[in-house]
Amino acid sequence: MTAADLKTDAVPPREGSSRVRRHRLRRFSRRDKILIGLLLGIPLAADLVFIWFPAAGSVLLSFTHWDGIGGLSAIKSAGVDNYVFAATTDPQFWPAVRNNLYWLLVFVVIATPLGVLFAVLIDRNLRGSRIYQSVLFLPVMLSLALIGIIWTLIYSPNDGLLNTIIGHTGNDNLIDWLGNPHLNIWAVLVEASWRQAGYVMVLYLAGLKAVDPSLKEAAQMDGASEWTTFWRIILPVMKPINVIIIVVTVIESLRAYDLVYITTKGTVIPGLELLSMLVTQYIIGQTQRIGYGSALATVLLVIALVPICIFLYRTFRREKVR
Amino acid sequence: MSSSNSKKVLQSNLSRRTLLKGAGGALALGASSALLAACSTGSGSGGASGGGGGGNAISFGSNYSDPSTKKAFASLVAAAKKKTGVDISINTVDHNTFQNNINAYLQGTPNDLFTWFAGYRMQAFAKTKLIAPIDDVWDSIGSNFSDATKKLSKGTDGHYYFVPIYNYPWVVFYNKSTFKEKGYEVPTKWDGMVALCKQMKKDGLVPFAFGQKDGWPALGTFDIIDLRLNGYDFHMDLCQHKVPWTDKRVTAVFDQWREIMPYMQSGATGRTWEDASRTLEKKKAGMIFQGTNQIAANYVADKADLDDLDFFVYPEIDPQWGQDYMDAPADGFCLSTKAKDPKPAKKVLKYIGSSAAEANYLKYDQWDVGLAENLDVPSYNAIQKKSAQVIGQTKAVSQFLDRDTDAGFADNTVAAAIDKFINSPTKSTISDIQSSLEAQAKSVFRS
Repeated sequence: MTAADLKTDAVPPREGSSRVRRHRLRRFSRRDKILIGLLLGIPLAADLVFIWFPAAGSVLLSFTHWDGIGGLSAIKSAGVDNYVFAATTDPQFWPAVRNNLYWLLVFVVIATPLGVLFAVLIDRNLRGSRIYQSVLFLPVMLSLALIGIIWTLIYSPNDGLLNTIIGHTGNDNLIDWLGNPHLNIWAVLVEASWRQAGYVMVLYLAGLKAVDPSLKEAAQMDGASEWTTFWRIILPVMKPINVIIIVVTVIESLRAYDLVYITTKGTVIPGLELLSMLVTQYIIGQTQRIGYGSALATVLLVIALVPICIFLYRTFRREKVR
Repeated sequence: MSSSNSKKVLQSNLSRRTLLKGAGGALALGASSALLAACSTGSGSGGASGGGGGGNAISFGSNYSDPSTKKAFASLVAAAKKKTGVDISINTVDHNTFQNNINAYLQGTPNDLFTWFAGYRMQAFAKTKLIAPIDDVWDSIGSNFSDATKKLSKGTDGHYYFVPIYNYPWVVFYNKSTFKEKGYEVPTKWDGMVALCKQMKKDGLVPFAFGQKDGWPALGTFDIIDLRLNGYDFHMDLCQHKVPWTDKRVTAVFDQWREIMPYMQSGATGRTWEDASRTLEKKKAGMIFQGTNQIAANYVADKADLDDLDFFVYPEIDPQWGQDYMDAPADGFCLSTKAKDPKPAKKVLKYIGSSAAEANYLKYDQWDVGLAENLDVPSYNAIQKKSAQVIGQTKAVSQFLDRDTDAGFADNTVAAAIDKFINSPTKSTISDIQSSLEAQAKSVFRS
């Protein structure tokens, strides 16, 4: 009995983790506490100053009218005017929302599944899979600005690659891929998917390599077809990667900007309205409507928060279950 | 000596400029304005130390970033240095970046003098006291300019805020060889122009080359039809939103435009004006309506046949107004309120407001014309001679829609409406965009 008591004094008991924590906390010296304070405080302050302050500032500004001239006194309260203006008056707002949704839809339905398909095919160690892998991954290594320029050359109406191949370079049968308001969003989405598929492929390939091959073998032993193995075995095992890919897809499609900026050189042209383009149109420029631009930015923020919140909720819930 | 100095300044600024250009619009507002401010303080202190004495050095913010305009500006500054003895350092910034950051620039640490535009675009800054009145400069240069020029250099409070250096007309360009070969005549009336368009189309030409991807060129066509149809005063009232955009006279402008829309190059919202100009250069198009500052400059840049290029003033629509008005935007310089020492800066402005200074600038400029009266520029080409003549015959000049009204409203809102009209020129589109423009104008011109 006594020996056991002595033992518990020397070694902290395993059960009752709260007691352990209290025990450890007491052991922190003043110096430790300062150090911990610093190590936690600096990132916290950086987080507050660089993320929360501007974000909250944008949301606050979205309820004001401000032309960027003069100090705080020049900022006038506007209530929800800016949001009402966006929803009812601004003719570019709804096309922008629609185009953002197109972007999301194409990424979810086409680009991402394509990337997964590439990954699964390459994972089967076909002959020359290394080459396919590099070819498909190449667009991811290029900056979006460069991708925009490359595709501008391909799509160029009079002397671009595409029109030359399909023989539409004459002035009467010209196809203006990036100018025609009914075509240009799809043309740009091809550019974006070209990169997104490679990106998803790499993420998924990394996940596939980590899947225990014995699982696949076991499925094969049981006589499962390739198709069943993928849907019933691989996909469920890959759940963490799947969640990451979904979040990446949603975020990439909502923050779409670079490709369109390169294509239009910064002006908002018909067919290529995007929320991010409208935000810069109103916030950067010689006549600024910072209040209205902030309102559009807030709309974008809210749309982006939905999938991110779902993601965080699911991740934390899973940890709790464990 | 002084010119080699200024060259050095230009070279040292080149790296800053390219840096800024790279940073471009993609940067957040705060970050890019900080960059602008940083480089302006840098060149300011550089200029001061170079000048030796404290009170005789100024910095000059310039958006004349294209090689040719940069050269002309350097020549002007070199001459100003020699004439006034003021040491001037130039801070050149890519012109889009410069214009996009102008608010932050003027509220931060601006250069003493900076390049800007006449019209509402300047008056808005005068109202917010970001630029300083320069009535004393005009006391000595006033006699060099016409009343029309004086008017466009004034703020709404009647004080002077602006010294112009050049302007250029918006006119219809064509190739002399095309007109000669096909036997076309220059039209002076609307019906004549429509008939000419029909003939050109029959002859396999694009009657009007047209590019609106940059968002602003089509505003020129709106301006000129409005000026021809409704006159100068109505146009100005519309710009200041004293007349609603739903006015039936605005409907008339779009209806008139609809008549020639089939003769304007299709797919304009996806084509840059440079490409449109090239259609004319290659003689695939018969005409283009744009400023000499763009078309003649593009002919020079593309090494096309500038001698073959000619223009005529936009034809008459309503005999009441004839060909009395046109867009002839003037570029020039303003003094920022935050200038450390306005005295040497005003000395420089006094020199710039002389015909000698304009002639000096125009030595390297083959498309703009000076505004000073009794200006004699031996280097003028045929286009410039004719430009000076047609502007002289104009009863009143407007400055272009994005200079006569809120620039953001013109370049974003009106441009988007006109894009929509270009892509579907129908009656219902016209009434749609008119009511939409009016609703948006109400929120822009709130105060």
